[in-house]
Amino acid sequence: MHKSPDSNIVNLNATETNNGKRRPTPASNKNEKAPANQFDLVELGCTISGKVILQNINISLKPHGISAIMGFNGAGKSMLLKLIHGIATPTNGHVRWNQQVPTREHRLNQAMVFQKPVLLRRSVKANIDFVIKQRKHRDPLNRNALLAMVGLVDKATQAARLLSGGEQQRLALARALACKPSVLFLDEATASLDSASAAIIEDIVERESRAGTKIIMVTHDAAQAARLSDEVIFMHGGTVVEHSNSQSFFTTPSSAPAKAYLEGRLYNPNR
Amino acid sequence: MKQQPITYTLLKRCCIIFIIAFFLANHAAANSDAILVQSTTSTANSGLYKYLLPKFEIETGIKVNVVAVGTGQAIQNAKNCDADVLLVHAKQAEDAFVARGFGVERFDLMYNDFVIVGPKSNPANIESNDTVHLALQRISATTSLFASRGDSSGTHKKELSLWQSVMPDKIISDQSWYRSTGSGMGATINTAIGLGAYTLTDRATWISFNNKQDYVIAVEGDSVLFNQYGLIMVNPEKCPSVNVQHAQVFIDWLLSEDTQQTISEFTVNEQQLFYPNAK
Amino acid sequence: MQESATSLALTLISTADPDLLEIIGLSLRVSLSAVGLSLCAGLVLGATLAIARFPGRQAVNILVNASMSMPPVVVGLLVYLALSRSGPLGWLGLLYTPSAMIIAQTLLITPLIAALSRQVIEDLYLEYADQFTSLQLTTVEKIKALLWDARYSLSTVALAGLGRALSEVGAVIIVGGNIEHLTRVMTTAIALETSKGNLALALALGAILLTLALLINALLSSINVSAKRYAYA
Repeated sequence: MHKSPDSNIVNLNATETNNGKRRPTPASNKNEKAPANQFDLVELGCTISGKVILQNINISLKPHGISAIMGFNGAGKSMLLKLIHGIATPTNGHVRWNQQVPTREHRLNQAMVFQKPVLLRRSVKANIDFVIKQRKHRDPLNRNALLAMVGLVDKATQAARLLSGGEQQRLALARALACKPSVLFLDEATASLDSASAAIIEDIVERESRAGTKIIMVTHDAAQAARLSDEVIFMHGGTVVEHSNSQSFFTTPSSAPAKAYLEGRLYNPNR
Repeated sequence: MKQQPITYTLLKRCCIIFIIAFFLANHAAANSDAILVQSTTSTANSGLYKYLLPKFEIETGIKVNVVAVGTGQAIQNAKNCDADVLLVHAKQAEDAFVARGFGVERFDLMYNDFVIVGPKSNPANIESNDTVHLALQRISATTSLFASRGDSSGTHKKELSLWQSVMPDKIISDQSWYRSTGSGMGATINTAIGLGAYTLTDRATWISFNNKQDYVIAVEGDSVLFNQYGLIMVNPEKCPSVNVQHAQVFIDWLLSEDTQQTISEFTVNEQQLFYPNAK
Repeated sequence: MQESATSLALTLISTADPDLLEIIGLSLRVSLSAVGLSLCAGLVLGATLAIARFPGRQAVNILVNASMSMPPVVVGLLVYLALSRSGPLGWLGLLYTPSAMIIAQTLLITPLIAALSRQVIEDLYLEYADQFTSLQLTTVEKIKALLWDARYSLSTVALAGLGRALSEVGAVIIVGGNIEHLTRVMTTAIALETSKGNLALALALGAILLTLALLINALLSSINVSAKRYAYA
């Protein structure tokens, strides 16, 4: 029988655990009136040529705010993000978006920024225009406004792939935002950037979140996750070992791998 | 100021332009007034058509397109209806072509002769007054190299019949010194010169051939070396595409006394190449 | 002795020999048209093979790759049989016309363009695939974007096709018939002059053909180089 989406949730401490001291995060002014983007992952698993990448994932993400997916390298974070976004297909289980099977129409409301920005071999503005043209009937954002937001107006006619790493990632973010996504996926979007560029991106992400965009991000940067996220999904060995409110995750992680991770050491279950 | 639509439209436009260009090329070529002649190579390569056809076109306004291939292939192409007129030199095959209904009627047009050419060093010791029969015997006796067209052309058929009379009980193509090039006359002469081999060629091709090096005529003047060119209209009953009217004008013109005289006046290196003999 | 090929080539060019200009013009017209048509078909086929996933795709790839080495003579023969008056398309009356030559060369080059462009586009798609899926691009949108972004690599593919077309003799001589002032192109003229023993003239024509190819390549690469630096990091 079909399981209720939240019958098997790992350590989900919902809103009542907001008892710790509040960090100066925008979590408090999340736009709760924004449309809900409830993702339920049911028995999700993925096996690629005999190798189990993900298994037994049963969680429901918060419908608003920022969800951070964390974990050691190889834990399956990026794959999980791809499955939620729907650019990879699970071999087990399924993803539900607001209790529905996600369709192309739903996914047109989602956008993703990759760790290594995938920019077209065209000018900066042409990269944005590409998406704008594709979504023209969906009333996309104005190109120049987007470029202004990410500080690339004066580079509009330059070749996108000749920008610096930080500029490229900003352009990728602007392009993702061009289609006015209601869900934004970030796969270690700031991992290879200097702190200034990362800060610009964080600012934009925060602003988007406040405006009601659901953000799901993979990050290795615990401080960033602590700054931004409302909930943390901690993965280990291809499954979710901890799913909790950010404050409780960073103050009192319940799983051993998460503790090790936050203390900055490798996790060795035999020790 | 969108860039994408412009680029895609450009791509589309390129495709459309190319397709239009294709049909223009097609249109330019569709000239229904022209007649198509499948011809042996010697008449084309010696320059006879370049000499004759402009006169014909001026007189009649009819354009003549010539496809010059070996006689065997020319006959085959004509059987496929890809010709209005056939001009070749293999009387037996031509008669068979007409007998089987592919051609209307065969006319003698002109003749010249074949010659055997070989290196000046003369490895087969052929003497100048040898008959063809004797010369071929010398070639086989000394196992001197001999290059054959090997392409069912008129020259090839002639050469096979000559060898047949010299060594009736042997298969000529099995001989180690017999090299079949499977190529046109010019290519075969080039090959023969490269190999140092003797070869049979029509005199017209030989005279107009420009890479003779140290090659000379070894045998000529034997009556068996007679080379008759024939003219046939492709049968419109088999091939409705035949431009009967213009083809007939062309044939009548070639066989006319004036044109026959013109043919006899055609020379290369001050030598007459073709001897008209239309009846 | 025969005149040297180089001086003959120079004489032909400097006097703007009308016959020479005619066959150069026809060579370019036939080969450029064939490349144009092949690009229309080959790029779409190549891009489709690069991004589509269907059973038997590998087999189709092998088939397309193998048909790159299709001998021109065989292509010529097949087109001859099709366009001959006694063939299925004889009623079109295309045999021994430049169109027939364009058709033959198009068939000859399309597999080359398809196979090479598939490789180029497949490499590019490896990089773009996730992003394109994320953007929910349709297959047609993907193909358009890939073709445009691979344009500089694809221009080399087009040049390879043009090179094969311009240098090819086996197909055009069969379907074109090497008819003077109608279907005689550079390569068939070279073959003809060789068979007439005019080796110097044949070589001179060969040198002119090579120079022509060189000019086309230089022109395209000079257009490309600056633009390429701009687009690729």
